[in-house]
Amino acid sequence: MIETLNLCKSFGSLEVLRDITERINKGEVISIIGPSGSGKSTFLRCLNLLEVPSSGSVFFDGVDLTAKGVDIDRHRQKMGMVFQHFNVFPHLTVLENITLAPVLLKKRSPQDAKDYAMQLLARVGLSDKAQEHPRRLSGGQKQRLAIVRALAMDPEVMLFDEPTSALDPEMVGEVLAVIQDLVKNGMTTLIVTHEMGFAREVSTRVLFMDEGRIAEQGPPEAIFNKPQNPRTREFLGKVLR
Amino acid sequence: MFSNFYPNLVRVLEKYWGLFLEGAGYTLLLSFITVLFGTVLGSILALMRRSKHAPLSLFATGYVEVIRGTPLLLQLYLFYFMLPEVLPMLNLSKFACVCIALVINSSAYVCELVRAGIQAVDYGQSEAARTLGLSARQTMLRIVMPQAVKNILPALGNEFVTVIKETSLASTFFVGDLMTQYSTVRGSMYLVIEPLVVVGVIYFILTFTLSKAVNAFERRLKVSD
Repeated sequence: MIETLNLCKSFGSLEVLRDITERINKGEVISIIGPSGSGKSTFLRCLNLLEVPSSGSVFFDGVDLTAKGVDIDRHRQKMGMVFQHFNVFPHLTVLENITLAPVLLKKRSPQDAKDYAMQLLARVGLSDKAQEHPRRLSGGQKQRLAIVRALAMDPEVMLFDEPTSALDPEMVGEVLAVIQDLVKNGMTTLIVTHEMGFAREVSTRVLFMDEGRIAEQGPPEAIFNKPQNPRTREFLGKVLR
Repeated sequence: MFSNFYPNLVRVLEKYWGLFLEGAGYTLLLSFITVLFGTVLGSILALMRRSKHAPLSLFATGYVEVIRGTPLLLQLYLFYFMLPEVLPMLNLSKFACVCIALVINSSAYVCELVRAGIQAVDYGQSEAARTLGLSARQTMLRIVMPQAVKNILPALGNEFVTVIKETSLASTFFVGDLMTQYSTVRGSMYLVIEPLVVVGVIYFILTFTLSKAVNAFERRLKVSD
């Protein structure tokens, strides 16, 4: 579904991603872990070209997104993304946050979009907040709204960039539960996370990134129980105790 | 010489209060036109400055730098004498020429206000909109601009206050504003201080009231955040 080929990204003289060739198949649930500054977020953001790769290519459903003349907006509609800081739209109501894109991009009629939004809100337990403004929501509720907003476009894949890192500890669970529910329903998912327990539980594959490379990868049991790479061992030794 | 100050003040007011009122009206009208069209032109310039199209952003940047780097009085002179020469068929009145000069001047400042207002909107908002599939234009119109307006409106109110004071320079060309009325009264009564005090008080009332109103408005915007 998504393939990167010799993906490199530098910010000035700082090489953040070094030659990443990777393939993500439909239905996979991939956790990306690693120390901060290892390029996890940048890798994720390159997949929908929020960061433009310095060299190499990103293929989505067989289309090279880095090619000239590609309508990136059209492809992004199929790649939902959720950010660390929610980025919900404060000037719109909860319902408008969700219906804006589907209606504007002519994916659904206004009524249809509204019905679907209400259905999604019910799924994440926010039905009673539909007419509120996001400023009245807690962090966990904002993040659930952000997830629903992305789902309203019926994406083929969901990208989560540290979705629980900015949350108060007691709100982490409610957001992870929503993601877990998505995964159970077969959503192809990539998640950059520091929640090792969650990564272990939900992922089909774990990528450990270090210094801009995928240093080790495999099924969660292998990575967490028998890491091969000394850097993986060192990292897991620090975060799992 | 100040022994007659108070009686003179009363005489000036009694005889010319209508003129001062008219002057205040012109000053407000001039300021209003300046800010209104300055805002339209300034917003266009701000979008041009942000454009990826190099000639557009270069032009807008140059415009803003030149206008902000030269005195308003010079610009008033320039447009006052140049416009009728360059565009004789329009038959521009001197009031119109002065307005155009003021609008052009104000638009450069408004451009920077609008630009700052747009930049103050969290970049994450644009990223979220773009990942949903919105184009750059849709993102600007639907997500960034509505939030930027909240930052820009109070600043525009303050620009209005500034412009009220700056329109006094337009009196160089006797366009009927407050300072023009001062000159008229000075000429007919041979008094300098008294009419100046009157005009000063009127300016202060205008600007003070307006800036208080802007502050109140700003507080209300903050509450709704």
